[in-house]
Amino acid sequence: MKHKILTTVIAGAMLSLGHAPAAQADNLTLCWAAWDPANALVELSKGFEEESGHTMSFEFVPWTSFADRMLNELNSGGNLCDLMIGDSQWIGGAAESGQYIKLNDFFDAEGITMDDFIPATVVGYAEWPKNSPNYWALPAFGDVVGWTYRKDWFSRPELQEEFKSTYGWDLDVPETFEQLQQIAEFFQGREIDGNTVYGAAIYTERGSEGITMGAMDVLYSFGFQYEDPENPYSLDGFVNSPESVAGLEFYKTLYDCCSPPGSSNAYMTENIDAYTSGQVALQMNFAFIWPGIHTDANVGGDRSGYFPNPAGPNGDQFAQLGGQGISVVANSDSVDAALEYIKWFAQPEVQAKWWELGGYSALRAVVEDPGFATSQPYAQTFLDSMAIVKDFWAEPSYASLLQATQRRFHDYVIAGNGTAQEALDGLVEDWVEVFEDEGKL
Amino acid sequence: MSASPLDQVAAATPVQMATKIKGLSDRAIAWIFVTPTILILLAINIFPLIWTIRLSFTDFRVNRPNAEVSWVGLRNYERVLTDPDIWTAMQATAHFLIWTIVLQVLIGFTLAYLINKKFRGNDLWTTIIVLPMMLSPAVVGNFWTFLYQPQIGLFNYAVSFFTGIDPSSFSMIGDVNLAPWSIVIVDTWMWSPFVMLICLAGLRSIPDSIYEAAECDRASKWRQFWTITIPMVLPFLMLAVLFRGIENFKMFDLVVQLTGGGPGSLTELSSINLKREAFEKWRTGYASAYAVILFVTVFGLASIYVKALNRVKNR
Amino acid sequence: MSFSPTEPSRRQKWVAGTLVVVYALVTILPLVWIIATGFKSPSDAIAYPPKVVFEPTLEGYVNLFTTRTRVSEEDFAALPPPSSWYEQIVRDSGLVIAGPSRYGARFANSLIIGFGSTFLCMILGTAAAYAFSRFRVPIKDDLLFFILSTRMMPPIAVAIPIFLMFKNLGLNDTHAGMILLYTAVNLSLSVWLLKGFIDEIPVEYEEAALIDGYTRFQAFYKVVLPQAATGIASTAIFCLIFAWNEYAFAVLLTSGTAQTAPPFIPTILGVGGQDWPAIAAGATLFLLPVMVFTILLRKHLLRGITFGAVRK
Repeated sequence: MKHKILTTVIAGAMLSLGHAPAAQADNLTLCWAAWDPANALVELSKGFEEESGHTMSFEFVPWTSFADRMLNELNSGGNLCDLMIGDSQWIGGAAESGQYIKLNDFFDAEGITMDDFIPATVVGYAEWPKNSPNYWALPAFGDVVGWTYRKDWFSRPELQEEFKSTYGWDLDVPETFEQLQQIAEFFQGREIDGNTVYGAAIYTERGSEGITMGAMDVLYSFGFQYEDPENPYSLDGFVNSPESVAGLEFYKTLYDCCSPPGSSNAYMTENIDAYTSGQVALQMNFAFIWPGIHTDANVGGDRSGYFPNPAGPNGDQFAQLGGQGISVVANSDSVDAALEYIKWFAQPEVQAKWWELGGYSALRAVVEDPGFATSQPYAQTFLDSMAIVKDFWAEPSYASLLQATQRRFHDYVIAGNGTAQEALDGLVEDWVEVFEDEGKL
Repeated sequence: MSASPLDQVAAATPVQMATKIKGLSDRAIAWIFVTPTILILLAINIFPLIWTIRLSFTDFRVNRPNAEVSWVGLRNYERVLTDPDIWTAMQATAHFLIWTIVLQVLIGFTLAYLINKKFRGNDLWTTIIVLPMMLSPAVVGNFWTFLYQPQIGLFNYAVSFFTGIDPSSFSMIGDVNLAPWSIVIVDTWMWSPFVMLICLAGLRSIPDSIYEAAECDRASKWRQFWTITIPMVLPFLMLAVLFRGIENFKMFDLVVQLTGGGPGSLTELSSINLKREAFEKWRTGYASAYAVILFVTVFGLASIYVKALNRVKNR
Repeated sequence: MSFSPTEPSRRQKWVAGTLVVVYALVTILPLVWIIATGFKSPSDAIAYPPKVVFEPTLEGYVNLFTTRTRVSEEDFAALPPPSSWYEQIVRDSGLVIAGPSRYGARFANSLIIGFGSTFLCMILGTAAAYAFSRFRVPIKDDLLFFILSTRMMPPIAVAIPIFLMFKNLGLNDTHAGMILLYTAVNLSLSVWLLKGFIDEIPVEYEEAALIDGYTRFQAFYKVVLPQAATGIASTAIFCLIFAWNEYAFAVLLTSGTAQTAPPFIPTILGVGGQDWPAIAAGATLFLLPVMVFTILLRKHLLRGITFGAVRK
């Protein structure tokens, strides 16, 4: 009896020793958006808690208020977050105001190299200024806009026949935006299994970044450019080029002809809702939703397929980059523990598990693994999409640039004010004003 | 009057009582009681206001703590007043303000008039009608987006039930022509009871004897309504309009949750527009100038109105 | 039966009563709908046509208080059987409970900040109102008008410097900062209302007490306070309701630690999309206390909402 008690005590003491290097245990708070991948990260981080003895707390905010809340947090000098998985466009501002810690020395000391990550994600999520080896984040979650479609509807013989006789080509994954529109038109208002269904759920949200993320997808492939490649910050003739105008006009046509009723303010969650409730044939959305769609009770499995952004009239094909890097907040009280987390997170085994749990790893070892492309039905689409990404401005004044875009696009596409030419000319004016304020022009 | 404030306090305390009071003097107590309140209001209302005015002459930005701040004189004011976006926001605010007040006055007065008929159980029904206005506008506004959804929303369904219009054929929040009305409807739903309560107090303040006298003079009911009821209730009604006007000029929470300012910028009221400038674009100096202009506008309009109100009251 | 020219006829009463009852039923419908949606299943909540009769479920409330996650089919099958009724509900929708949600903490913040600011506001407000009522404070009218005018400022307009001030003082996203702020905002209401209530207490009571040898302080808290108790209570409830409902400052100045429920409730998400039953459940729990208070307060309502400008 005595013996048994003794062993219990010893075992208990050993357990507590093993679990808590007492003096060092910090409580880390990680801030990110509230979405499916965040739940997966909580699951993944349990491994870190076990290994390090630190505890993790999480602060997740829905996308539409994410930038608002978190930039407010950074600008108010708060120390709620130790680790921030902040949006790619914040990097310029956070770097220039010293809100994130520069990670170069840490990467060198720990042998982490950015060559191990998908190049587009390094430029997009980690670097400021862009294309210079100054790193403010470690690519954490690769994301890109792509499309989901109802494979089961596409494969119905009667629909295939009718489609072919109307449009003259086989109902299949669209290769151009023109084809995409024809498909959307075809499904708009159609009766399927007793329900009225609609063409395509696209981004139209006004408050944060929705309509910009959606319309830009189309604009890029139509030939929109942010600036003169030869002459930075020279906008006129690029932002409002005839190609850009055609792109924005196309987006409005798509909205007018083929979106479900009442989708004047839709972003990620609204589109998921429209799609999983069986309302639409096509859905524009970031890749993060695909694991959830694949396991969905209504539309999961073979009922859904995935394809990358189609090409524009000139054959150009681009997709809007999403995704985030993980950064250490300069105001944090636990910088060391936060760096420890990043070190742990960068390990190939952890990254492999991250993908398994539904997180899009940006580590090349994971995505270039021969088994990756076939590991999930959407894995190949993800790779194809990641190869054609473009991102919005990541300037320190990105919020002003984005707000102007949101306003101009929503005014034209949703409210129907003016023409696409006027909207883009106006956008050039707004952006020039912002850059003048910044002293960049 | 040349007496200093301290002399006034001294004079305020009756001599015969002052001699009998133990402990602190009344003058000291008056100061001790009032000072904390004044200090807190100075710290959290007046000091910030002065700070806002100061910031409005600079190009300071909260999100650029390392940047140099310089004085720009009246440039921010000039830019605010020449920015067409701000005038769009003002127009949206005016549309919202005018229509909510018109509708709330009509509905509120009618309800008060009916309730004043003193039917059985009027207390209970009054309380029920009043409920919406006490609730959190942000939470309620958020839920109305659900009620406004085409097809599944209760509002659209109710409209289709009575008119036969297809409930999925219109979107209150998304349609350019309907969105400005969607916010007017919800605000009217919430705040008509406020006007009702004040009008009810007005109606109940009219002595029966006036009507009895009118009855003896054989004045028609219609005439009594226009010559007795309306003029007697008018000061109350104007007070209600003042309160609603100030509140709706400041309107933020309900509309942010309902439409977020969209579609386009059709329902982007001044407060929402200001919030975007200040806390999304972080143009602090510019937004401060904007804030000062808004404040001066409310204060100016309210002062003019109060003068008019006093004239009506004194008539 | 005597005829009175001012007493409405029976027919008039009947017509007026019917119209008011119809209006009341229409106006209460959205609130009933919120409460009902809280007890619907997610698919019933978005059914077309809207469901009036449905099988009630607590799924919305369970979703409100938990975060849930998807797991792979193998893992799901390998799970031990659910150990509680709420776990059963979550499992039935193909999900697993990942942990508690933030709703409880946000609700608690609303309570702490609401009661804290109300308490402070009542102490300061009662003292100031007493002074304004009983003593001839210099520039009294100006001060009173100044106090009232602080209520006219759009919250967003003063939010910029308050944001900066809080940032420098480290008050951003703290309970103390929000309590202080709401106290300041509510002071105007409490001073004006309480002055009205105290004005109504005959000054002779205190004079008698003073002659009996009470000090001013004793006279204040032994004579005036008990007399003003009802007024103080109803004023307190008005302050509480305001702090409870406030959104603009809360959304700008709080984030993780001190965030109250109003900015939080609209951001409640399910797995995948909007979870309307959970939002409705959160709204119901949040709105119900105010509805109860409103019914309790009905006698003082008019006075409260008009800053004492109109008394019944």
